[in-house]
Amino acid sequence: MATQADKNIKVLSVKLAGLVVVMFAFAMWVMPPLYNALCEALGINGKTNGQQYTVVDSQIDTNRIVKVQFVAQNNEMMPWEFAPNTSQIEVHPGESNQVTYYAKNTQDKFMVSQAIPSIVPSRAAEYFHKTECFCFNQQPLAAGKNADLALQFIIDRDLPKDIHVITLSYTIFDVTEMAAKQDSVAASSK
Amino acid sequence: MGAHHGPAKGLTRWLFTTNHKDIGTMYLWFSFAMFLLGGSFAMIIRAELFQPGLQIVQPEFFNQMTTMHGLVMVFGAIMPAFVGLANWMIPMMIGAPDMALPRMNNWSFWILPPTFLLLASTLFMDGGGPNFGWTFYAPLSTTYAPPSVTFFIFAVHAMGISSIMGSINIIATVVNMRAPGMTYMKMPMFVWTWLITAFLLVAVMPVLAGAVTMMLMDIHFGTSFFSAAGGGDPVLFQHVFWFFGHPEVYIIILPAFGVVSEVIPTFSRKPLFGYDSMVYATSSIAFLSFIVWAHHMYTVGMPIAGELFFMYATMLIAVPTAAKVFNWITTMFKGSITLETPMLFAIAKVFLFTVGGFSGLMLAIAPADFQYHDSYFVVAHFHYTMVAGAIFALSSAVYYWIPKWTGKMYNETMGKTHFWISFIGFNLTFFPQHFVGLAGMPRRIPDYNLMFADFNMMSSIGAFIYGASQLLFLFNIVRTITHGKPVSDPKVWEGGTTLEWTVPTPAPYHTFTTPPQLK
Repeated sequence: MATQADKNIKVLSVKLAGLVVVMFAFAMWVMPPLYNALCEALGINGKTNGQQYTVVDSQIDTNRIVKVQFVAQNNEMMPWEFAPNTSQIEVHPGESNQVTYYAKNTQDKFMVSQAIPSIVPSRAAEYFHKTECFCFNQQPLAAGKNADLALQFIIDRDLPKDIHVITLSYTIFDVTEMAAKQDSVAASSK
Repeated sequence: MGAHHGPAKGLTRWLFTTNHKDIGTMYLWFSFAMFLLGGSFAMIIRAELFQPGLQIVQPEFFNQMTTMHGLVMVFGAIMPAFVGLANWMIPMMIGAPDMALPRMNNWSFWILPPTFLLLASTLFMDGGGPNFGWTFYAPLSTTYAPPSVTFFIFAVHAMGISSIMGSINIIATVVNMRAPGMTYMKMPMFVWTWLITAFLLVAVMPVLAGAVTMMLMDIHFGTSFFSAAGGGDPVLFQHVFWFFGHPEVYIIILPAFGVVSEVIPTFSRKPLFGYDSMVYATSSIAFLSFIVWAHHMYTVGMPIAGELFFMYATMLIAVPTAAKVFNWITTMFKGSITLETPMLFAIAKVFLFTVGGFSGLMLAIAPADFQYHDSYFVVAHFHYTMVAGAIFALSSAVYYWIPKWTGKMYNETMGKTHFWISFIGFNLTFFPQHFVGLAGMPRRIPDYNLMFADFNMMSSIGAFIYGASQLLFLFNIVRTITHGKPVSDPKVWEGGTTLEWTVPTPAPYHTFTTPPQLK
């Protein structure tokens, strides 16, 4: 014997439960991509976008010189040796450049690393194009091995005129466990 | 309706009850137990900080204490206490026979005890309990967390489910079960503030659930929501957390506003001044709470436009809040005031909450916040709003309504003693923390520079006094129930005008089985 009031209560409760589901979905599936999209669109956290750049035109602006500095950092608990082989170069906007970073696995076990870039000033991030970068992928190294990791980049010719120095920093993280976990999750879902 | 007029007998009465008064009572006792548990954690913290250097506990355990104190007080003590008041009072204030969804109500409550047992049990696990602060910022709570963090995550999920069910119930009750003639703008202020609070809870508790779910994924399933190494961002955690966390602080304070909006008119023997503006102010505070979250994280490196936006939006909240304080004071103006214990707590709440509001305005200033951030100044600020704002209002509510609940009058002398000891203890604890905070003492650290020693000793003594006064509170309540002077007048307080003062005292097991007639 459902009265009108009982029906109203039911309808309202279902609507509120719907709001709960919507808000949960908002937190899980909207907020993270929205955050990344906003950071990228506004260029506000110095992240270069993690994608490979395809050269659109190769004109070089030889009138302008931009100084690019390279910095390396180890995330806490990451024992590798990690440093740029060149600490700074001068480049023309539009020109393709290559530098390398040195990495050595100092431990006696296999490890996987991931480098995360950050650019100062952060406004320069969207004008810093990478055509090749070790940061696009996880870098594994066997025990005691070392490697030179390559980075190719082009500074966009539209780089704001007041920017003369760009500092590119890589922080290297130990992702051995995470990589193993991703493998096992991928394997179990097959 | 059948023949059952009284409660069932024995333990199953409490296990299977769907009666709003029984459930309200259980909520209130449970929250009081959690208040004592969270309080004992605070006593350990203050004992360690009595002197500089490490005396009593190790830093690892100290971190667990600060974390558990915050979690237990926010989610175990204050929130369930207000839900308990809502259960007891909302049906009686709107002339409804019970809550709209009584069986779900039972479940909302009975989720809580096992949840907090689970949370407390993490203290005895390998690696200890949560030690990353009640705000559980990633990566402290993911990469560097103790193994027990998974239990913490499930506990947060469970308490979220409980609050969401409780809120849906409150909204459904208020929207559908008001007595004929009680329009929205005739509802008692306590009902209004709870209606708005319930909407805030439904909107943001799922966001908290989302945050801990992402943590769970990062820890166990190889995702990287908050891990920079995998392309995520720890700062995202802070945005998601505070998108929940800022409305959360209004979830705690709005029902407290509701309580003082009932108590002050009763003991001033005047209707609440500016009722309509109170409703609009409460709604604006609730709306603004959604667009100010980043003022908790000015130091993460936001663009200047962001800092400015969050700074101005935050300061805007002072306007509706000031309107409320103005209304409470104006209600008292030229009233025939008597200072019974509930009124003392209510006046102290208004005064001390305003102090907390002022330090909040200082913290809202983005450039100044860089100095105050994560210092004891912040600790002083939010204890003025949480303890004086919420706990004082809860004490006020208990003294105000306990004669209606039990049919016995509490001991006025003991009540006033409890008030004055609390008032002095509270201010002695937290006022000096403003000074040490401004001088640079960081929060959540078990040791400190010698120059902070005197103020910290004062703080600790104050905390012990405040803690002890709560035992007097407990004693007074128990004594009221067992030996209190019986009262039978439905209108316990001569200034009481809301519907709960029209039912007999003590309130019978079933009230308003037929809706009351409103003038």
